[in-house]
Amino acid sequence: MSKDLKLEEPLGRVIVVTSGKGGVGKTTTSAAVGAELARRGHKTVVIDFDVGLRNLDMIMGCERRVVFDFINVIQGDAKLKQALIRDRRLENLAVLPTSQTRDKDALTKDGVEKVLDELRKEFDYIICDSPAGIERGAQMAMHFADEAIVVTNPEVSSVRDSDRVLGLLNSITERASKSGAEPVKAQVLITRHDKSRIDSGEMMTVEDVLEVLAVPLLGIIPESPAVLRASNLGVPVVLDEPSAAGTAYEDAVGRLIGEQIEMRIAADRRPGLLQRLFGRTV
Amino acid sequence: MFGFSLRPRKASASTAKERLQILLAHERSGSGGARPDCLPQLQRDILEVIRRHMQVGDEAIDIRMERGDELSSLEINIEFPATPGVN
Repeated sequence: MSKDLKLEEPLGRVIVVTSGKGGVGKTTTSAAVGAELARRGHKTVVIDFDVGLRNLDMIMGCERRVVFDFINVIQGDAKLKQALIRDRRLENLAVLPTSQTRDKDALTKDGVEKVLDELRKEFDYIICDSPAGIERGAQMAMHFADEAIVVTNPEVSSVRDSDRVLGLLNSITERASKSGAEPVKAQVLITRHDKSRIDSGEMMTVEDVLEVLAVPLLGIIPESPAVLRASNLGVPVVLDEPSAAGTAYEDAVGRLIGEQIEMRIAADRRPGLLQRLFGRTV
Repeated sequence: MFGFSLRPRKASASTAKERLQILLAHERSGSGGARPDCLPQLQRDILEVIRRHMQVGDEAIDIRMERGDELSSLEINIEFPATPGVN
């Protein structure tokens, strides 16, 4: 009887955060989405796939606690349990750092699959932070994905690279090659959205970007000083002091897990002249 | 003086610099502490020594590290089965 119960246990979903272009906010997004999922009570792990250029650990603020990494686990030098870094702020959150000293060839398809299968048993969500580009590291990050968050800036090279990545998600992933499997569910997350520059016609609008890419929109993250501050401090932006970017990530995560949340463009409140003069915050 | 400014430096930027200085000091040379690459070997060696005296599994060892600017600490936990009923 207890055997029947076990069969029903749902397995974790693998979500890749990817973009093609570098510097658009993949790691910031991975950290924020992972932290917000964990805060909502979902067991979540964030994996750094950028072998040789480890950075997720810094953005998550656990860089001083890295002992073993993803590659050590793949190569059998450490058990998964030993390489996972449990977050000190949220008990449902863990980080699997990557290696700083190896190269991308250390990521094997079989190795990645084994680690993901093991993580699927313990975690509800497995967030794969992809490196920039479309080479091996990026391909491994997306290969076993159930869903994809394609991080895009409203800027020509970023949109073009996102389109390329969307093509790869539909052609080279496990879901793409298995007949009868649902395709990877891809959604666009627009980051560094600057309302004033859009209003003045300097920057493409959200509608422009969506028209070109033709995939659903997961959220709009405004350009916000809170992102740099959070990275300086090693705190995912949703766990730092309230900000427009933090709120936008909270909304995006709500939509990611199926909530109906109206698309809104949050803005950081600018202090007025008097407030600035007298240093008041109210 | 170079870098002099009327405005106080924002707190988060100085935190960023400190974090980087500590991390990079460890990453650059591996001086003054264990190189990260030596840890898998260290783990195997420790297990080997322990196994001369008691039976422990591969998963019984847990190594945690905390890097600091002055010194780093390595915390090693080894779990082994309790000896049932000594009497």
